[in-house]
Parts: sequence; C-alpha cells; structure tokens
Amino acid sequence: MANASKSFGRWFHQLGSPKWFYQKSAKWLPWLWIATAVLLAFGLYYSLFASPVDYQQGNSVRIMYIHVPAAALSMVGYLAMAICAVIGMVWKMKMSFMAMRAIAPVGALFTFICLFTGSLWGIPTWGTWWEWDARMTSELVLLFLYLGFIALHSSFNDRSKADNAAAILALVGAINIPIIYGSVKWWNTLHQAYSVTKKGAIAPEMQTPLFIMIAGFYLLFAIMVIIRLRLEIMNREAKSKWLQEVIS
Amino acid sequence: MFATLLKRELMLARRNWVGILIPLFFFVMVVSLFPFAVSPEAEFLQQIAAGVVWVAALLSVLLSLDMFYRSDYQDGSLEQLLIMASPTQVALSKVTAHWLVTGLPLVLMSPVLAGLMHLNYSPDANVATSHTAVMMLSLLLGTPTMCLLGAIGMSLSLAASRNGMLVAVMILPLYVPILIFGSAVITASLTNSGYNAQLAILGAILLFALVLTPFAAGRALKVAVS
Repeated sequence: MANASKSFGRWFHQLGSPKWFYQKSAKWLPWLWIATAVLLAFGLYYSLFASPVDYQQGNSVRIMYIHVPAAALSMVGYLAMAICAVIGMVWKMKMSFMAMRAIAPVGALFTFICLFTGSLWGIPTWGTWWEWDARMTSELVLLFLYLGFIALHSSFNDRSKADNAAAILALVGAINIPIIYGSVKWWNTLHQAYSVTKKGAIAPEMQTPLFIMIAGFYLLFAIMVIIRLRLEIMNREAKSKWLQEVIS
Repeated sequence: MFATLLKRELMLARRNWVGILIPLFFFVMVVSLFPFAVSPEAEFLQQIAAGVVWVAALLSVLLSLDMFYRSDYQDGSLEQLLIMASPTQVALSKVTAHWLVTGLPLVLMSPVLAGLMHLNYSPDANVATSHTAVMMLSLLLGTPTMCLLGAIGMSLSLAASRNGMLVAVMILPLYVPILIFGSAVITASLTNSGYNAQLAILGAILLFALVLTPFAAGRALKVAVS
C-alpha cells in the first residue's frame, strides 16, 4: 500500500514535468489512437446498424449514440478544467495550467456537438429544434462559459496573469455543472430524465453500444487534449534546451 | 478598515456624480425604446415589462462597473489598497459602493419604468395591482448579486489587453439564473400565483454569492496587480 501511494506520488510529480509528459505522450498517442479507432468503429457499427430501432422514435434514436457521449464529455471536460485550475492555483504546477488551457476548446467543441445533435434529434421527436428547457439552456450557458474562458485567456499579454485569471473564471463557472446535471431532475421540462445507467430504463441492446460510444468519446477527448497540450508545451517551452534537442 | 474603504469609494463616487447618473439614464432610455420598437399597447407591454426591466438593469450594472475599478487600477491606487487591506475587503468595499451608488438607485427608479411599461395595467380599472412593488422586491434582491458577480468579471479583465465586451462575455452567462428567477417573480405576480418561492431563491443566490464572490473577486484583483 505504502509502495503504491509512493509510486502514485512519483507519477503525479512526473506529470508536472512538461519534458516528461512531452516524451511519454508521444509513446501513448499511437496506442490511444488504435484503441479509439477500434472502439469508435465497433461502437458506430453496433449503434448505427446492429442495434434495434426504437418503437416510437424509429431510426432517429440513433442520434443518441453521439448526443449522450458528447453531453457527458462537455460536463466532464469542464470539471477537468476546473480541477486543473485548482491544482494550478494551489500547487502552482505549470503543467496544470497548460492542461486547463488545452481542455477549453475541446470541451467547447463537444458542447457544440451535444447542442447540435440535440437539436437535430429534437426535430423528428419533439417537433422543434430548440426549446428553452432547463437542460438545453444550461448546456448553452456551458458553451458560453467555455467561450468566455477562451476569450479571457487570450486577452492577456502576460501568460501567468492569463492563467491565474482564467483559472478563477473556470472555478466560478463550475457552479453551472451541478445545475446542468440536476436540471432534468429538479425541473420537469421537455428534456427526459437521466436514464443511461438506471436499471431497466434503457434496453440492453441499446445500452451496450451507448457505453462503447461513451468510452470511445472519452478516449477521443483525451487524444485531442493531449495533442493540444503537446502544442501548448511546445509553445511555452520554446526556449528550453530539451525541446530544441527534441525538435532538431 | 471596511468602513474606511467604503468611505473612500463613496467619496470618489460623489466627486464623479455625472458618471453615476449615466447608468441611470441608460436604464431609463433602454426601457423606453421598447414601446417604440415593439408596440405601445398596454396589455402587450405589461407582458414583456418584467424581462425588459430586468435586462436593462443588468446591462446598466454591467456598464457601470468600469468606473469603480479601472481608474484605481490605472493610477496604481489599487496596489496600495491591496497592501493596506485584505483583497476580500477591498473587493467587498467596491461591491458595496457600486451597489449603493448604482444598484439601489436602479431599484428606486424602477417604479417609473414600471409605469412606462404599464406593469400595473389591469383591464378592470377598479382593481389595484401590486406588480410594481413585487418588481422592486425582485430587483432589490437581484441587483446586489449582479454587482457581486460583475466584480469578479471586472477584476479579472483589469489587466487584460482588451476589455469592455470581454466583461460582458464572461459575466452574462453567470447572470442567467438570477435573470430567470427575477423575471419569474414578476411573471408569477402577473398571473396572480405565489411568487414567494422565486423570491426566496433570489435571496438564496444572493447569500451564496455574498459568501463566495468577494473572495474570488479579491483573488482576481490580486492577479491583476501581480
């Protein structure tokens, strides 16, 4: 046990080193790509062809297999950003701020995908592509929060000020996450209640491909963040010796 | 210490009294545009009054933030203030002064706007309605939250190379909950249903913000001068 916590501590410290991460992540990326490709290919085949048609919604139910994973990642991404903000502010780890910066545009993208597929799904099932319902509104606010974060971070000449200011904004905005999560439970509006992991709420033939897609989206999100993070490292550590050696 | 800081802010505000009147003019003018743009009919105006007054109040709080922070940052007195007192105290004194000087006058001015928007209109002239009083209550609980949240956005953008629009883009998403419940209070009053629950939520948001935001705003001020 002591050994395990020691090795975790070491791993955590190594994660704080841009050099270590830059070199290691180059080795992780191919494996991550393979795993993502396999999961997404299998998941997409399963969900778009092999899973059953919904007796009420017909084929439009298949939008769910993109919509739900994107929605999950939009929230998890913000949460990860807020956690990075805390770690960066408390322990002053520069990698943490870099990760925070790397997550923001990816999170915004997934939020947009969630809103976009949601409105596509809304047309055949609800008869409207947009409704001011609690969950849609708070997801839209989440997109605005991401955009506000990106806008703030890119408005500084001084990078450390940008990091610290944006971290505070990320934390303040994190209040929205429990609101989105709870919105369908607290306000009984158009969007259906949470049912993904609830027993018996969703048929197993639909749940399995959904889980595969969620796992695939998580990996895709991780890959996109890692690529951005590597660029961020290259950008910030441009003057350091190890990076110049790696590039040349 | 807090009293000293507050006194300083209020004194500065008094010397800049025209700057304080501008948000109020703005508030009145924005609201009075709606009858021209939409429709001057009383029944119709009454329906949109709540939202219009709330959005106008929100924008004028947002636009008046600048004078409480910008000059202090530019002439270096913010740095001195942060040496003198804790960042939380400095932030809270600025928020309090901001609310006393713009938020409170907005609340006091709102009955005039309610009149312009025919908020108290009733098809039966003999029935008196209390919608205006309800609207004042909702603004009384809502404007302090606007000042508190605005303080974070303003402090964060102080050291940024572009500002103005930036504050709005950061803070407007955070204003959505109070806007929803604030105008829900008036809508509930218009339909003669209970509005205490919505008022209570506005009050709860205010208390929550009062505890947490001065700390965050103080941190942000500290980042700006670091």
